[in-house]
Amino acid sequence: MAGIRFINVSFAYGDKKILENFSLDVEDSQIMCLLGPSGCGKTTLMRCLIGLNKPSTGEIYVGDRCVFSKDKRINIPPERRGIGVVFQDYAVWPHMTVFENVCYPMKKHKLPKDEIEKKARYALEQVRMSDYAPYLPSQLSGGQQQRVAIARALVSSDEVIVMDEPITNLDAKLREEMLLEIRQIQKNIGTTILYITHDQEASLQLCDKMAIMDSEGVLSQLGTDEDIILRPANRFVFEFIGVSNFFKLSKKSGVWCFHDNENIKFDGAIPDEYSSVVDMGVRPNDIVFDKNSNIRATVRRSVFLGSEYNMFVDFDGQEVRVQRSTFDDGAGDIKEGSEVGIKFLNPVFYNAKEA
Amino acid sequence: MEKNQVVLRHVTKRFTTRTMGTVTAVDDFNLEIKEGECFSFLGPSGCGKTTTLRMIAGFEDLSEGEIELCGRPVSIKSKNLYIPPEERDLGMVFQAFAVWPHMNIFDNVAFPLKIRKTPKREIEARVKEALKHCSLDGLEKLYPSELSGGQQQRIALARAIVTNPKVMLLDEPLSNLDPKLRETMRFEIKELQRQFGFTIIFVTHDQSEAMAISDRMMVCDMGKIMQIDTPENLYRKPNSRFVHNFLGESTFINVVLKDGKVFPKGDNSQAIDIEIPAGAEKEMVIATRPNAIKLTKNSGFMTHIEKRIFLTDKTEYLVQVGEQLVKIQTPHRVVFAPGETCGIEITSPGWYPPEDKETEAERARRQRF
Amino acid sequence: MRKASSDIAAMEGRRLGLDGIMTILSFILLFIIVVIPIFMIVYNAFFYQGKFDLTLFSSVIFDKENLKAMGNTIIIAVAVTIFGTIMGLFYAWLLGRSDIPAKGFMRALFTIPYMFPPFFGAMAWDLLFSGRAGYINRWLMSTFHLRTAPVNINSLGGIIFVECSYYFPFVFMQVVSALERMDPTLEESARIAGARQSQVIWKITLPLVKPAISAGALLILISSLAHFGVPSILGFSKNIYTLPTMIYALINKSGGSFDGIRQGTALSILLVAVVAIALVIQKKVLSSGSYDIIKGKSMRPTLIKLRGAKYPLLFLACLTLLIIVIVPLVMIFLVALVKAYGLPLVWKNFSFSNYQKVFASTATMDSIKNSLLLSITAGIVCMFLGVMIAYVVNRIKPKGKNVLEILSILPYSIPGTVLAIGVILSWSGAIFKITLYNTIWIILVAYMARYLSFSMKSASASLQQVNSSLEEASRACGATHTESLRDITLPLIKPAMVSGFFLIFLPAMRELTTSILLYGPYSRTLGVQIFALRDAGMIPQAAALASVAIVLIIICNAIVTWITKDRKGA
Repeated sequence: MAGIRFINVSFAYGDKKILENFSLDVEDSQIMCLLGPSGCGKTTLMRCLIGLNKPSTGEIYVGDRCVFSKDKRINIPPERRGIGVVFQDYAVWPHMTVFENVCYPMKKHKLPKDEIEKKARYALEQVRMSDYAPYLPSQLSGGQQQRVAIARALVSSDEVIVMDEPITNLDAKLREEMLLEIRQIQKNIGTTILYITHDQEASLQLCDKMAIMDSEGVLSQLGTDEDIILRPANRFVFEFIGVSNFFKLSKKSGVWCFHDNENIKFDGAIPDEYSSVVDMGVRPNDIVFDKNSNIRATVRRSVFLGSEYNMFVDFDGQEVRVQRSTFDDGAGDIKEGSEVGIKFLNPVFYNAKEA
Repeated sequence: MEKNQVVLRHVTKRFTTRTMGTVTAVDDFNLEIKEGECFSFLGPSGCGKTTTLRMIAGFEDLSEGEIELCGRPVSIKSKNLYIPPEERDLGMVFQAFAVWPHMNIFDNVAFPLKIRKTPKREIEARVKEALKHCSLDGLEKLYPSELSGGQQQRIALARAIVTNPKVMLLDEPLSNLDPKLRETMRFEIKELQRQFGFTIIFVTHDQSEAMAISDRMMVCDMGKIMQIDTPENLYRKPNSRFVHNFLGESTFINVVLKDGKVFPKGDNSQAIDIEIPAGAEKEMVIATRPNAIKLTKNSGFMTHIEKRIFLTDKTEYLVQVGEQLVKIQTPHRVVFAPGETCGIEITSPGWYPPEDKETEAERARRQRF
Repeated sequence: MRKASSDIAAMEGRRLGLDGIMTILSFILLFIIVVIPIFMIVYNAFFYQGKFDLTLFSSVIFDKENLKAMGNTIIIAVAVTIFGTIMGLFYAWLLGRSDIPAKGFMRALFTIPYMFPPFFGAMAWDLLFSGRAGYINRWLMSTFHLRTAPVNINSLGGIIFVECSYYFPFVFMQVVSALERMDPTLEESARIAGARQSQVIWKITLPLVKPAISAGALLILISSLAHFGVPSILGFSKNIYTLPTMIYALINKSGGSFDGIRQGTALSILLVAVVAIALVIQKKVLSSGSYDIIKGKSMRPTLIKLRGAKYPLLFLACLTLLIIVIVPLVMIFLVALVKAYGLPLVWKNFSFSNYQKVFASTATMDSIKNSLLLSITAGIVCMFLGVMIAYVVNRIKPKGKNVLEILSILPYSIPGTVLAIGVILSWSGAIFKITLYNTIWIILVAYMARYLSFSMKSASASLQQVNSSLEEASRACGATHTESLRDITLPLIKPAMVSGFFLIFLPAMRELTTSILLYGPYSRTLGVQIFALRDAGMIPQAAALASVAIVLIIICNAIVTWITKDRKGA
């Protein structure tokens, strides 16, 4: 078992800087999700780790072994880094059977024959593919191929496995099953897994810890799912992790109000660190209707989606997204055009964005 | 009284294949779709929704039954009456857009009018009007390959509305678009309907899309109509386990009735406080939705949080009820810790008999076909 | 243990890897095989004894005979293109969109002209309709008491007819596959828009397959411009020349002297110019009108009911197949059995003596051996070179990869006759003082230049299918770069390599155009030998040898089909 450490890693394609002095510690024996919007450099980072891209600065350690260091002039080729990789498009070799696919890495590492056999069987058992050992990949479904890819990664390394969007090509139901399985396998074997994705939902379900990268390739927050959901570190994380509404609040004659409009007062508490202006973020399902609220709005559009109503509400000229559960009291009674009072539950506050 | 715009009577379609024998793809469909209504055909693949639409359009022959469009019979099997698609005066939009790549946008939209030998000046005016309604004005000279998927689908829409048809057939028009665009296009289609007043038949396998767009919808499965109603009625009062399951995330709890009380299967110590409907058998399934179950600190059926999963817009809790794990969804602001004691309250669930193995086998057989 | 050693071994070094060697090798090879011959043609056409000299060039260009040959070349090519396209289009529509029966059978027969060299057909038609000697002409004359031959195949019209029957599948195949890939909702939406079936064909279907039509038509045009076999067999006796046959005649007349070759060189420039114009048109047309018609769910297109016209059209299609496919083949076999050319085709005149003579002749047997040796060698060598160049172009992507790609594809666009001259000029001592002229090796070099693009394209297409992550995955699994190539990439493109081999082997077996200019006393090929036997008046023997070739080609094709089918099953 081994953790992974990136220290000040930089990488650029030509003039285009992708990563700059990026540092991240992945602890031993856990699943770390590296989450970021597409183009943020997460795949580049993974390719630096497995040795397909060469960083321009920094060091990368797998356990206590240095696999790359600019200063020490170390750059171990991919085949000797001892990292198992699962690629987005599976990359299962179509001309080999499932069993041959799984044996290949161990053959390259020159393990004795009976051990290869034993480990391959065990790995296939882990991904529930033992019955398919003699099949060719073309005879398998996408999900099954991905399982083979995972088994192959398991035998390539018992220390570290990197997965690059491994479930993106599967359908929604299979995705969920695969996530549970990856989780289970990690529990059984205890390998460190670095899971790279742009899918917030998947990483929330899978990870022990999440590292969120912003579009510029900078680490925004590192924490557990609870930290990320209940205590987002900054505005980027809050906006990236789900749908959000933002309101501009300003202090007029000692009272916080919306849109510089003294007639619409905000009655909740605002942390002391903000003195004159602040941006308030609220999730659509944290906006509730309350007849008695002095903040009035008009329902412009209401779309029934089954479990909830998605509404667009006009609040003093601002379009606000509201989500109401179908089973809230009287949820079905509110029609397009009705006037409602709204209340904000659970708001978060960030420094006001320059207009 | 509103007129019926599309009427299907005993419409049946059978296919014979070498491997499967005869399959009844559409079994005795009876429908009355009203003028100006937005009506969806919803169901899993192989349920017969697309075949029905193609019969209405005139691309497929009927095995039995008759179809009437705007009061005019267009297919009557017993009288061998069949009117070809070009004479049915329909608008239709296909999943793969089907805009003609060798014509520019103007020519694409003008085609139906040119075929009808409309005077040139009128063509220009009407195409312009149609393009404006689909926010394509100014793009007349471009070719479809120069446009995005959403814009291509708008061309198809403009082409469909330019002849001012009374009935518009939409065959999964949004499923080739990305989710964000889907929402906008859905709104635009409704907007067009509001202005032109045509009747829409909308085919989809996506339940939330169907619910968002329809006035009424038909849920079908394996060639049979399961239920026809408004989206809210269907969602709140499905008449079968299939419809319940198909219309959104469901929570099914196996229960045992004993001494006039409802016990979760595998646990006789604590009863769930719900009313038992008439005619319930000893073993039943109660069905509800993950967000319809109320999670409380100390009332209702007492249990504990087995597992907590954060989703982007809600928190999902799994709680132990008898031998089952039951899924509950709440907003993020309702916070329970894993292992914490909690109570659940279920109100007016659906009651269904336990699972039907035969139906499942038939479904698997059809899916292979 | 492994850890400690790998850190040291991973120190960066700049040594020439496998990739570098392959890149350099590709450039050198293409330079020798392609660039030098082209350069030699241009040099020899415009330079004499090291000085720029236009006298020879202009005298050749403005020669009346040569101008006439150019005129013929263009007339034939344009006519073949027009008639071939119409024919191909009609049958493509019939098989692709109508409910005519026996589609699979007819489709298989329509592709037969692909398999055999057109000059076999020319031979057969010559036997039937050449002046007063052709079998059918004689029969018609005696039956209707005519004084002159009713049909003369030894004419421009005859040449056009025979080329047409061999080249129309180019359009047919292109259009049929376009029709099959076309999204049927494109046509259905036109019906909904109010168009009748016939309107849909004219306004939607035809315009949509236009790119496929022009691609096929231009392929016909270019092939016909460079074509040697048919005009040489049907035209020489009546002094009808095209540019390729004129070049051959010039060189042949001079007995291989340098003067003849120089004249041929100058004429080659003319031929290249004509072909180049066609190529430019091709590029323009293809880039302007390529749109995506493959989309959506795969659904059966609605077939058009032919109703009453069904059986007449079926009859017409079968008749065409009979005339262009069956009649020539049967004719060659019949004449191969006849004791002497001109004897009536009746049972008592048949014997196997021609076959005995053919198999007894060392020259003939040598030609079969030569062709087999050349085709197999060219096939294998090109297979590996093609993979190497494809790998360099697609994976290593060095600077100048476009040059590499163009160089490997270029020779295919150069008419075979011209390529042969370039090869003669290059390998008569110009490169490292090596003289290959009159040996079998010069033919091999020419074949390699001519067919390299086939295996290159096949390997390229296959490599593009092999996602680079497959190789990366094996690196991550502990395989070195070389091991990944050996264990992953090569096995994956093996099918393409095999089909690349046959793509070269089959046309090389029946090659005539290039070999006819390059053969020496001991290096005749199968095609050359048939041509020579016929030229020497031994027509039944030529037919016998041709029938042997036909059997060989059918066997090889069967093997190819068997191999490719086997792989699809896996």
